Order: sequence, then C-alpha cells, then structure tokens
Amino acid sequence: MNLLNIVVALPAIGFLVTLMVPRDKPQAVRVIALMFSFLTFFASLGLAIGFRSDAPGAQFATDVIWIPSPEIHYHVGIDGLSLWLVLLSTLLTPICVLISWRFIEKRVKEFYAFLLLLSFGLVGVFVSLDLFLFYAFWELSLVPMYFLIGIWGHERRVYAAVKFFLYTMAGSVLMLAAIIYLYNRASTFNYTAILEMLASGKLSLTNGEEMLLFLAFFIAFAIKVPLFPLHTWLPDAHVEAPSAGSVMLASVMLKMGTYGMVRYCLPMFGGAAERCAPWIIVLAIIGIIYGALVALVQPNMKRLVAYSSVTHLGFVVLGIFTFTQLGLDGAVYQMLNHGISTGALFVLVGYLYERRHSLEIADYGGIASAAPWLSTVFLITTLASMGLPMLNNFVGEYLVLQGSAQANFSWSVVASIGVILSACYMLWLYQRVFYGATPELVAGHVFDLKPREWAAIMPLIALMVWMGVYTSTFLPAISRTNASILDFRKMNIRIQVKNPPISPYLSVSEVRHAR
Amino acid sequence: MQLWLIPVLPLAGFLINGVLGRRLSRAVINIVAIGAVVLSFAWALKVVVALPEAPYSEHYFNWIVAGSFRVGCDFAVDRLTAVMLMVVTGVGSLIHVYSAGYMAHEGGYYRFFAYLNLFMFFMLTLVLAGNYLLLFVGWEGVGLCSYLLIGFWFLKKSATNAGNKAFIVNRIGDYGFSLAMLLIVVTFGSLDFGTVFPAAASKPEGIVTLIALLLLVGACGKSAQFPLSVWLPDAMEGPTPVSALIHAATMVTAGVYVAARSFPLYIHAPAALELAARIGLFTATFAATIALAQNDIKKVFAYSTVSQLGYMFLGVGCGAFSSGIYHLVTHAFFKALLFLGAGSVIHALGGEQDMRNMGGLRKHIPITFWTLMCAAVAISGVPFTSGFFSKDSILLAAHHHQPWMYWVGTITAGLTAFYVFRAMFMTFFGEYRGGDHHPYEAPKAMTIPLMILALLSLGGGYINVPTWLGKFFPTIEHSEDFALVAISVAAGFAGIGIAYVMYVMKPGLSDSAARSLGWIYRLVYNKYYVDQIYEAIIVKPLVNGSRALLWRVVDAGLIDGTVNGIGTRSVGLGGWLKLFQSGNIRSYATWVVFGSVILVIALGLVGAIR
Repeated sequence: MNLLNIVVALPAIGFLVTLMVPRDKPQAVRVIALMFSFLTFFASLGLAIGFRSDAPGAQFATDVIWIPSPEIHYHVGIDGLSLWLVLLSTLLTPICVLISWRFIEKRVKEFYAFLLLLSFGLVGVFVSLDLFLFYAFWELSLVPMYFLIGIWGHERRVYAAVKFFLYTMAGSVLMLAAIIYLYNRASTFNYTAILEMLASGKLSLTNGEEMLLFLAFFIAFAIKVPLFPLHTWLPDAHVEAPSAGSVMLASVMLKMGTYGMVRYCLPMFGGAAERCAPWIIVLAIIGIIYGALVALVQPNMKRLVAYSSVTHLGFVVLGIFTFTQLGLDGAVYQMLNHGISTGALFVLVGYLYERRHSLEIADYGGIASAAPWLSTVFLITTLASMGLPMLNNFVGEYLVLQGSAQANFSWSVVASIGVILSACYMLWLYQRVFYGATPELVAGHVFDLKPREWAAIMPLIALMVWMGVYTSTFLPAISRTNASILDFRKMNIRIQVKNPPISPYLSVSEVRHAR
Repeated sequence: MQLWLIPVLPLAGFLINGVLGRRLSRAVINIVAIGAVVLSFAWALKVVVALPEAPYSEHYFNWIVAGSFRVGCDFAVDRLTAVMLMVVTGVGSLIHVYSAGYMAHEGGYYRFFAYLNLFMFFMLTLVLAGNYLLLFVGWEGVGLCSYLLIGFWFLKKSATNAGNKAFIVNRIGDYGFSLAMLLIVVTFGSLDFGTVFPAAASKPEGIVTLIALLLLVGACGKSAQFPLSVWLPDAMEGPTPVSALIHAATMVTAGVYVAARSFPLYIHAPAALELAARIGLFTATFAATIALAQNDIKKVFAYSTVSQLGYMFLGVGCGAFSSGIYHLVTHAFFKALLFLGAGSVIHALGGEQDMRNMGGLRKHIPITFWTLMCAAVAISGVPFTSGFFSKDSILLAAHHHQPWMYWVGTITAGLTAFYVFRAMFMTFFGEYRGGDHHPYEAPKAMTIPLMILALLSLGGGYINVPTWLGKFFPTIEHSEDFALVAISVAAGFAGIGIAYVMYVMKPGLSDSAARSLGWIYRLVYNKYYVDQIYEAIIVKPLVNGSRALLWRVVDAGLIDGTVNGIGTRSVGLGGWLKLFQSGNIRSYATWVVFGSVILVIALGLVGAIR
C-alpha cells in the first residue's frame, strides 16, 4: 500500500480505536494516542526519505473514485510544498499528546480522540488533490478544534470557540461556492486536471469570474491565516484553548490558509492574484507592524504570542504575493519555522501555566533562578522567534524580505521594522517573566523540566537549530515546487528557475575548496 | 588551512560548559574555557603566519540555496582579517585569564564562561565570514552575547534593562544592515565579498551610496555612534571583564571593521564616507565632553570608548582605512587595560565604582596603578606610546581631508587626556575616601594580563599595522607634518596638566568650576538628556499609542466591535436559526451546501449579467 495513504489513515484508525477504549481507562487512551501519533510520524518520515526533491509534480499519488456522482475522487499526493507541512502536522501531534499527559484530566478519551481526528483532518488538507476532498478535510479539521477549545478551554472558552467557528465558516462557505462554481465550469473536482485545462485554454475564465473566484478562495484562506483585519478571532481562540489546542492551531491550522494561497490562489487565478497583490501586500505589512505593536502591550502571555503570530504570518503572506522565487521559498520556509518556534512557545507557556496556573505576565518573574533549564529552553525559543541567525526564523524572514526587495524595495523597508519590534516585545516578555527577583508563588510552584516535558520540547529545539543552520535538508524540495508554481502562469519575475539549483554563483576567482 | 577550527574551538567550549558546567568544578571550567580560546589563538597565529598573498577562502557547505540564489558557509582570510583575528583571540585570551580571577567569587561561574566562549565564536565568525550574510550571523550573535552578559546579574532590574536596551538599539542598527544586504543582492545578485567588491565600480553611484549609508546605520548601532550611542554606557551593568572584551576591545569595533571591509563600496560612495567622518568626529567630541563630568569610573571609560570609536570612524571616513584599523588595534590594548584596571580597582574596593569614594589607591594597589598609568598615557597620546601613533595618523588624515576636522579632533584629544587623568587622579592620588575598607591587590590571574596589556599599550604602536595593511587598502598620500603632530601632543599634555592642577594641586577647584559652569555642567553631567528625549519622543508614544489606540480602539473596538455587532444583530435571527443548530454535523453540512448553492446561483447571475 502507498505510504502516503498509511500516513493519512493512521490517525483516523487511531481515532476509532480511541473511541472504543472504555471511559474508565484514561491511561490506556493516552498510550494508544501516543502510539498512533508516533506511528504516523514515523510513517511520514518515510515520505521525507523517499521523496525526490528534483522531480516536479505530486509524488506518492493515489487517485480512486470516492463518490461516483458527482464525481469526487480520493486523490492525494505530495510535492515539496505539502511534504514538510505533513511532517509538521505528524510531528506536533505526538508532542501535543505528551504535553497534555497530566494537564488533561477531564474527558480524557474524547480529548485524545479529537486530537487524532484533528491530525487526520490536517494531514488530509495538505495532501488532497481533489477540490471537494480538500474542502471536506478543511471542514473536518474545524470540528475537533471547535470542541478542543469549547470543552477543555479556559473561562471564556465558549465565546472563543463560537467566534473561531463562525469566522472560519464565513470564509469556508465562500470557498465552497467557488469550488462548486468551478465544478460547473470544468465538470471535475480534480485539481491537476483543472490546472491543465486552465493552462491549455480548455477552460478559460473571464477577468470578472477569475476575480470573484480568487476572492472567494482568498478570503477563506485570509481568515484562517489570519490576515489583518480578519485576525481578532485568533487571540481569543489562543488564550482560551488548552496548550495542545493552541499548539495545533498556531503551528498547523494557520498554515492551512497560507498553504491554500500558494496551492490554489496562485496557480489557478494567477491574473487576479497579481491584480490584488499590491492590496494584499499592504494588508500583510500592516499586519506585520500592527501585530508587533499590539503584542508589545499585551499583559497576557498567550495573547502576546497570538499577536506575534499575526506578525509572522504577515511575513508569509508578503512572501507569497511578491511572486518571486526567494519570496515564495521564504514564505513556505517561514510557515514551517513559525510552526516550530511558535509551537514551542505555546508548549512552554503551557508548562508555565501548569505550574503557576496563570497566563498573566505580571504573576511571573524570577523563573531563571527557580527553573534554569526551562528558562534556557524558553530563551532559545524566544531568540528563534525574534529571527536570530543560526535559528530557523531568520532564514525564512530573510528570504521573504529579499524576495520582496526584488519586487519592490520599499515593501522591505517597511516590513523590516517588524524585525526590530519583534525584539522589543519578545525580550520584554522574557525579562518580565524570567528575570528579576523570584516571588514566593513562583518559587514554590515553578520547578524545572521533567523528562516527559524534555521529550516534548527537545525535538522542536533541535529543529530550530537544524533548520537555521542546514537548510539543504528542507529548501531544495520547496524551491523546486515553488519554481514550477511560478512558472505555471509565467508569474515568476526577475529570478526564474528551470533546473534544480546548483551553486551558479561561485564566481570568486581564487576560491579554493577546503574539503 | 581549516579556518573553521578558529571559531569552532570556543563553540565547543561553550557547549561543554553550557551543558555540563553546573556539575563541573571551577578548575575544569577554567581549563575548558580558557583552553578553547588559547587554542583558537594558537591556530589563528598559525594561519596568520602562513597567510598567502592571494585571497584565500574555504567553502564548507551551502547555507541557503533558493532558486539560483546561493549563500554559502564560507570563511575567508586576508590581511584585514588577520589583524582582527590576532586582536580578538589575543586580547580575548588575556581577558579570559583575567576573568578566572575576577569572577572567582561570583555565582553562575560556568554560565559566565560559557557566554564568553560563545561570544568568541560569534566574533570570530564575524571576522572570518566570506559573505555579508555569514558576517551578519556573527554580527547578531555578538549582540546576543552582549545582551546575555550585560544582564548577567539578572536579579538586578537595571542590568536586564540595560541588556534589552543594548539589543534593541543594536536591532535598529541591524535594520540598516539588513536593508543594505537586501539591496546588495538586488544590485549585485550575490552577498559574497568576492563577487560584490570587484563589481562595485560598475554600479551607479546612487545605489552604492545608499548601500554604504545603510551599512553605516548598522555600524553606528554596533559601534555606538551618535544617535545610536545610548546603549553602550548602560552596558557597563555587566561584569567588568565583559566591558573590557565586548564593550571596548572587540564587539564595538565591529562597525569599524565592516566599514573597512566594505571599503570597495565606500570609495565609490564619497557621500557616505563624508557622513561617516562627520558622525565619527561629532561622536568623539560629544562623548568626550560627557566623560568629563562622570563620577562612575566605568562610565568615564565607557564614554571614552564611544569617543575613541568616533576617532576610528573619523579615520575611515577620511579614507584612511588603515589608520582606523590601526587605532582599533591600539585601542583594544589600552582600553581593555583601562577596563581591566578599573575592574581591579573595583575588585579591591569590594564593588565600589564611584570615584568620589576612592583616592590614594596608588599605595594600596601599586601594580594596578602602574599598569593603568600605561594605558592612561597611551590614550592621551603621549609620544611613542601606542595611542600616539594611531591617533596621530588619524588626525593627519583628517587634516589632509579637511583641516577643521583636525582641529576639532585635537581639542577632543585634549579633553581625552583630561578626563582620563582626572579619573587617574581621583582614584589613585590624594587621600583614601572610602571609609574603613582595606583595599588589596588582585591575584596573579588578574595582574599578569594587566602587565601584558601594559606592555602592549606602551609598545603596541611599533606593531606597524598601516604597513601590514598597506597593500590592502588604497593609500592616500599625505606628508608627515611635524607641527601638526606637536600641536596634538601639546593638547594631550595640556589636558593632563589641567587635570593635575584641578584634582591634585587644588582639589577644591573642580567643584567650584562645576558650580560656576551651572547649567552647562548639569547638561553634560546628565549626558545631554539624550535618554530622556528618546524615552519621551519614541518609547512612550509607541507603547502608549499601541495600548490606547491600536489595541483598545482598533482591535477591541473597531474590528471586534463590528464582528460582535454582527453577532448581536444575528441573535434575533439566531433564535430562529437555533432550530438548525441540532449538533448534528451532517445537518450542518446540509445547511452549508444549501447556503453555497444560493451563492452559486448568485454568482451565476453575476456571470449572466456580465
């Protein structure tokens, strides 16, 4: 059987198995959930190993009929764009199981069932090559998240869950309408087939049609990202969600939006995308600055991190709509980076909450003396989030800014201010929480990391360094796919890539290679 | 030549001490940390001795490859790098040894040495980098270590505040640096020095000037030049060896290094050079006047560092790149010595930093006194000491460039001599004013580095850096003018003499002078209120505006208000719609499909109308 199908199926099987465990055996549920999420992750590692980064198009593809009429296929496959996002989802699921181990005491069975269902939906979103299948997974992922926030969240959980649901649904409905409209025109939901029809001219959209369809997709994605000014559901959802919910939401769910933009908006409606790009970029840049400024004054840690997400995702959107190779590569890389570093931030804030039972920054201080390793790990994550070189975010931010400089230098001039501000809000947060004298309530409750907690955070820290120092593991696959996306509608400006990249720039006259 | 060993050795030291340090004894920590840096020095020495004439670089792996754009992890070494390598590893080794004595009674011993080694790693990466992006790795990395070490005593609010301030002000500079890199790639298609520099002449002057100016912004941040100079004096919150290593001898000179490294860009951007010279000259004078009135011994030397960095910028700005680097080298000797000596004084007095509570220490800590005296005469430009040679070469270049710059620089040289000797006299002469504390001389681990640096401060001028760099930089012709040299030396002696009169012969004179100057004195004493001005016009508006306007009004009021408003108005409708909300996912899906069909029809109609 195709490995990709195994990766897709395992969380679903885990979900069903979890449901069958008796309610009074919470420990069994935890172990089963951990097992299935680990299995999924190992299976997905096989995808990364077997993936050929020099080949264009979808790999590990399967295409069978799911519903005969209207013809809906189970059509899945991965390329350089989806590969790492799948791995991100499968990596974070076991981490979420681990961090919820002691924290979730109530309705344990349902919690892990929803977590696995969420994982199923997320992987599905990234691998679907059938528009309807994509939509089905898109909506499917919404439901478990709604319940994760609504049941296991903090005080205002219901408000946050409903707000999250309504915001996202508003967009999804538009997208569904667009999908159905496309089906009426093309008589297929098959993504690759639609692309071919568009390219060959068999299916041609008028400017008006293209624009409306683009907007329908784009608004659905923009809400998910979230792009300013559609972001206000995010802080509420994050603050109220349990740690695992926040991690999955920030690390993976937000990427559904940016992934959708790259996967659907750019190749299918390239003309409209280009016409809207200046407006979208303005919103993205406003988001970068605005998110950072609002993050600066947040008294609540999770809210602060949530607004920092608005900033980071602003960079991603900026990169996408520069239509440059570097910008797009940086944007995709930044999706992964944000998943790793913001995921880690939410994991760590969760650790703090488990100890001190507060998210208010003012309740903390002096943790550096009380829990030095926790402080060290938090510091590394903080630095990654600020975009310090040799850690992951720097590469993504740099490529995005470089791409936008190639498209329009003044965009970079404004967007780079976000990099200054990120240092302000992150360092100020770190100072208030970790430095200074230790209040009694902190000293009595905040202890250092336990082995289970180490196990959850260590992979993320290792990835921050790996992705920051040795990008060749990840970037070539991304770059290859992006090049073909840009080539598809001849949107690539300035730097065009026909062949897989091999150091053409080594022009120093007397370079001698040491090894 | 395995250049990677030079930075990686300290990195290994950092990893060992950082991970295991808590369980290691202080002796082992010393061996690891000091050993790593000394080995690194030895390897650097081997590289410098065998330095080939042709540019030499090593490629390790591709760091970033995106499309046809490539940034490698490349190290390169040439004569300029060689100078920097010697200064960083040499002075770095001495300061590591000194720290073993200075920090002996402090908590967090392993942490201190781990950070110090990490700093060495980044600083060496900075000087060895073969492209701008890798240089930026070191550039940001040293900023990180500076942040960590300024805030080393993290229980003190003032220390962590100073750390944040240093990092954020540096980030403002880095903003310029990043934009410069972006523009370099747009213009040259690469960040490799070997590609960019040869092509500089063929690019339009406007673009090259813009790049050079943006790099200058970065350099001003790192090297604490006006208006980004505010962080360095606060950085003195860190332990004194840190002030010596990072905030005097090495990191803060990175801006000068970058400007010198980018000289092929700067010589095609005369406007940027002119600005560098003016900023440097202004900062030199501005900071020197502040140093005149400070009472904290480290603050005096901190402003002195800002001022001396200004001289280096002046040199570079006048096109005398090798003079700037020359002064960088000699300054590393005498300023590291000034700080280490000050550290020895502070150590002797159990933490006292206020010079008003010192005095008469000459008899108690003679080694510290005599070594510090060597540094003092060097910075004052007393003939044949190291500072004399390097400062004069800058001043002569300034005269060649524009004579008025020489005169301002010479007056500043007088001020320099005055404030340094004021500090010397307040500390070591007269009667001890510190109550019943008994000052004691520092251990050998501290005094031996002091003595070595004292020798270098006196004789370091004979290490002829300009000749070594002669072929590297474009040379500017200017004649040796004995009169100009004599005048600047005289200014130095005048400064020393006035200090002697005011602080040794007639100690009351300084107070009455301060009183008679009134508001001018207060202005200088309060550092021209630059910090307060920044606080009032930048920090406060930004924070309050974000809180009051963006968060409360735009986010919570405008956007969420709209959303919730829609929500509230929907409640009436919702009472009816509640019927649909059965909790059954399938029925939701049905409604979603239903709604979409309506939209599809609407879209179809739009299509038909068109």
